[in-house]
Amino acid sequence: MNSLFTPLSWDDTGFILTGVMNTVTISIVAIVLGTLLGLMVGFARAESNRLVNAVFGGALDVLRSVPLIIQLVLFSTFVGAIGYPLDPFVAGSIILSLYTMAFMSEVFRSGFESVHQSMQTSARSLGMTYWQTIFYIRLPIGLRAVFPSWLGVSLSVIKDSALVSVIGYMELLRTSDQLISRTQQPLMILIGVGIFYFIISYPLSSYGRYVERKMAI
Amino acid sequence: MISIQNVHKSFGDLEVLKGVSLDVTNGEVVSVIGGSGSGKSTLLYCINAIENIQKGKILVDDVDVHSKETNKDKLRQKLGMVFQQWNSFPHMTVLENAALAPRIVKKMSKDEAIEIAKKELVHVGLGDKFDVYPTKMSGGQQQRLAIARALAMKPDCMLFDEVTSALDPELVGEVLDTLRLLADEGMTMICVTHEMGFARDVSDRVAYFHEGVIAEIGEAKQVITDPQNPLTQKFLSKVR
Repeated sequence: MNSLFTPLSWDDTGFILTGVMNTVTISIVAIVLGTLLGLMVGFARAESNRLVNAVFGGALDVLRSVPLIIQLVLFSTFVGAIGYPLDPFVAGSIILSLYTMAFMSEVFRSGFESVHQSMQTSARSLGMTYWQTIFYIRLPIGLRAVFPSWLGVSLSVIKDSALVSVIGYMELLRTSDQLISRTQQPLMILIGVGIFYFIISYPLSSYGRYVERKMAI
Repeated sequence: MISIQNVHKSFGDLEVLKGVSLDVTNGEVVSVIGGSGSGKSTLLYCINAIENIQKGKILVDDVDVHSKETNKDKLRQKLGMVFQQWNSFPHMTVLENAALAPRIVKKMSKDEAIEIAKKELVHVGLGDKFDVYPTKMSGGQQQRLAIARALAMKPDCMLFDEVTSALDPELVGEVLDTLRLLADEGMTMICVTHEMGFARDVSDRVAYFHEGVIAEIGEAKQVITDPQNPLTQKFLSKVR
């Protein structure tokens, strides 16, 4: 008699690996875009007046305070409702990147602010222009100061990417979910998925330790 | 040559400089002394266009420092400035610290910039520290690095803003020796300082600042050892 459930087999490898790759892809997109946007917004916040800070700050507060899962569902439903349904990957990338940006911008803002005004005055007194001071002094010193925080945000983005499953993106968690319903072997599959998340995150965190060691001059 | 003409400078309602005039000729060393808040450091910041002024004029080689047409970045290349806080660039080696501005501001080739940086580091006695990171050095060494970094831009004049005030007492000597060396070589210098012995021995003239004006100015030895203005007398009797 044919069972309704079929056990996990080697044929599922490709399916799981697709999930792994999709998790890696959307994490990289969110970390890269989130870092670039966060750098710009963080710089603007460190430099700008109170008005800009209030406007930016308000938007960032929303992005940081509303749970990611709600943002994903609302955004994906909203764009669908107004007639522009987005591919889950695109919708997920947009929200995850903005969410990452909100945290990154605060990281970078504190980095820029950690470089004391007198350091900039010293640089300017050597004839450096405003932008040279930013590029050669504030950016490298500030980035070193906040590297551990940047790493922390990046690692949590990898794990947060699991939530994109709720809008239908076939990443690692959703893949495993489907396998669990088919095989009814949740324990084994969830342990396997946990190991995969670890394998994805580990290179980043060990690279982080390496960079920190190199920077601890 | 630096010409300061009736300069007034306020921070909000607080007038810090109330009509300061001073000419410093090439090769001259002028020390500026006075109590805290007397405006002596502010004057240096105004000469270097870090601070603007409300009235009067400052000319550096006949260029009006605060004119809108003046390229301030270009002007600052002629004026080396060293601060109380040395502000070494912590992410660069000593050699990179000194070579950075010649390379990116003066657009020298890397080899040229390194050569000049090495020369100036040897000049201030840091010839054995090229590849060290400044955070590994003492305050006195970092302050000498700051001097070398400014000298590498080949300035016509050096401005020193209380460069020994943040140093441990035993490190003051090595920095003052460096300043003395520069003075002997004929560098034009304006030194805001609390080191009366240095002011007396090294400078040509000493100016005593009191509440935003120069209360007394004259030949260095005379102002320090035989001040004429009662305010100067009172100040010097307190710092000795």
